[in-house]
Amino acid sequence: MLTEHAKVMKVLAAAGEIVGRKKLQKMIYIAKKLQFPFYEKFDFHFYGPYSEELTWRIEELCNLGFLHEAKEKKGGYVQYRYTLTEAGEQFLRHYDLEMPHLQDCLQDMNNQHSRFLELVSTVLYFEHLPKEEVVEKIVLLKSKQRYTEEEIEAAYAYIKKLRGYVYSRA
Amino acid sequence: MAYPGGQLSEEKVFKDPVHRYIHVRDKLIWDLIGTKEFQRLRRIKQLGTTYLTFHGAEHSRFNHSLGVYEIIRRIIDDVFVGREHWDHNERLLCLCAALLHDLGHGPFSHSFEKVFRLDHEDFTQAIILGATEVNAVLRQIGDDFPKKVAEVIAKTYPNKLVVSLISSQIDADRMDYLLRDAYYTGVSYGNFDMERILRVMRPREDQVVIKRSGMHAVEDYIMSRYQMYWQVYFHPVTRSAEVILTKILHRAKKLYESGYMFQTEPIHFYSLFAGNVTLPDYLKLDEAVILYYFQQWQEEKDEILRDLCSRFVHRRLFKYVEFSPTNEQMEKLMELRLLFKKAGIDPEYYLVVDSSSDLPYDFYRPGEEGERLPIYLLMPNGELRELSRESVLVDAISGKRRTDHKLYFPGDFLSDVSTKRATKKKIMEILEG
Repeated sequence: MLTEHAKVMKVLAAAGEIVGRKKLQKMIYIAKKLQFPFYEKFDFHFYGPYSEELTWRIEELCNLGFLHEAKEKKGGYVQYRYTLTEAGEQFLRHYDLEMPHLQDCLQDMNNQHSRFLELVSTVLYFEHLPKEEVVEKIVLLKSKQRYTEEEIEAAYAYIKKLRGYVYSRA
Repeated sequence: MAYPGGQLSEEKVFKDPVHRYIHVRDKLIWDLIGTKEFQRLRRIKQLGTTYLTFHGAEHSRFNHSLGVYEIIRRIIDDVFVGREHWDHNERLLCLCAALLHDLGHGPFSHSFEKVFRLDHEDFTQAIILGATEVNAVLRQIGDDFPKKVAEVIAKTYPNKLVVSLISSQIDADRMDYLLRDAYYTGVSYGNFDMERILRVMRPREDQVVIKRSGMHAVEDYIMSRYQMYWQVYFHPVTRSAEVILTKILHRAKKLYESGYMFQTEPIHFYSLFAGNVTLPDYLKLDEAVILYYFQQWQEEKDEILRDLCSRFVHRRLFKYVEFSPTNEQMEKLMELRLLFKKAGIDPEYYLVVDSSSDLPYDFYRPGEEGERLPIYLLMPNGELRELSRESVLVDAISGKRRTDHKLYFPGDFLSDVSTKRATKKKIMEILEG
């Protein structure tokens, strides 16, 4: 019961503070694609994979006082910071959520820029396609972000690195 | 891109209670409507279990799909044609995507997707791209045409304006379902002036925008959406039926996995239980099939399955109380689970927390920080401004959001104090708080 809520809290417990809604969304999507048991449904949107269900869940957790959301103005836009509260930590004690290597992956992702995680999540979204088609998709669908070939290569390498955390120590 | 037969020699019309008439002039659309995969949508209700709360809500995904098609047809044929940014070569693609956008929905799809970890959008793609009648019709336009239709629906088509017509925060899908669901449920708050909104829609490079002069019509649409969510889609009685339905599926799966011998073998469920459902398996499912099993399973030896099915078929739904899962309440929930076991009621099936995030609906979001694209108003000077920055009303309802959790339980079991009287009394004391 409320296990999916607890998993989102576990992400914050494992990663520490996460700055940016986009970053939080992409981290959980990437974790899902790495076969961690997250079941929120993601669709492709303007900024890549996005889950309305996850947005709701985060709002619920904020309203319940389990997550703290700090809103700050950054030039022309608003940015949000998320942390797990003490009440959230206490809530998590009701659950035994063993997700080996989740922490390694999340902490690594949390050190990346959200622009890069947007690219990584987009590559993962299309990973069933041959690489040249994925590149074509990124050029067509992410034309405004102007990702370079080097960045796309780096995204592929990064996915391999994350999978290394999950599988080599399994 | 030409379809054999092109335009029909005579326009076909469907009478429709929401749009009055649905006009079909293209033979391609007419042929798609006639495919067996599209006709299957007649047997899948648009609002799942809502008919158990609002008895009129028996309308199907078929009605809605035609409605979305009609709205798109009006936008592109009556409003967009000849305007800058709109490429009229995309017309047929848009019409097909609108008509087929919900093609992969299964029976009671929300519960099925949760329990069996499915995604109806994957099936929409599979139907459009697979060996189906729909695919055969689409391929007559060109070999890559099914792929393009699938991409528009998956929101990965490069022309984002086309995608936004079918899927955005003010799209044909939402406009049709709000009006249609309001009509069939009989509530008055889903109505808004769609004709006005269509007239003030303007194509832009990446999305549809709304002329500033149409802001009040859009405010009305946002308010309708808000009201419909809380009054219809999140209705606690509908959610009770959904909880029971979900628990039936969990129980049947668990019994299957434990080797239980069903009196009525769940032939249609085998691949779902095993997690290897194929497209032909999936297409055999509709609500009539599922309700047949529920009817039959009322005779099963397993008490829980029998009871849950009887509850669903005869609308003996669970009661509910408001439940905010704070740490204090979670302690109570743990205590309740123990008491339920003591009373001989399995809490796994009979004590359920349901949250607003468990439901497949959303509110307007002003697009902060990489969320969904917001609704933009086209100001008289050509500037684009996000809706909630211009509208006090929209700003108010898109600020701090309301969320909701409920705890469901079988009131009739607990009020039957012929057994375990003291335990049940204690349970009721906690529930009534």
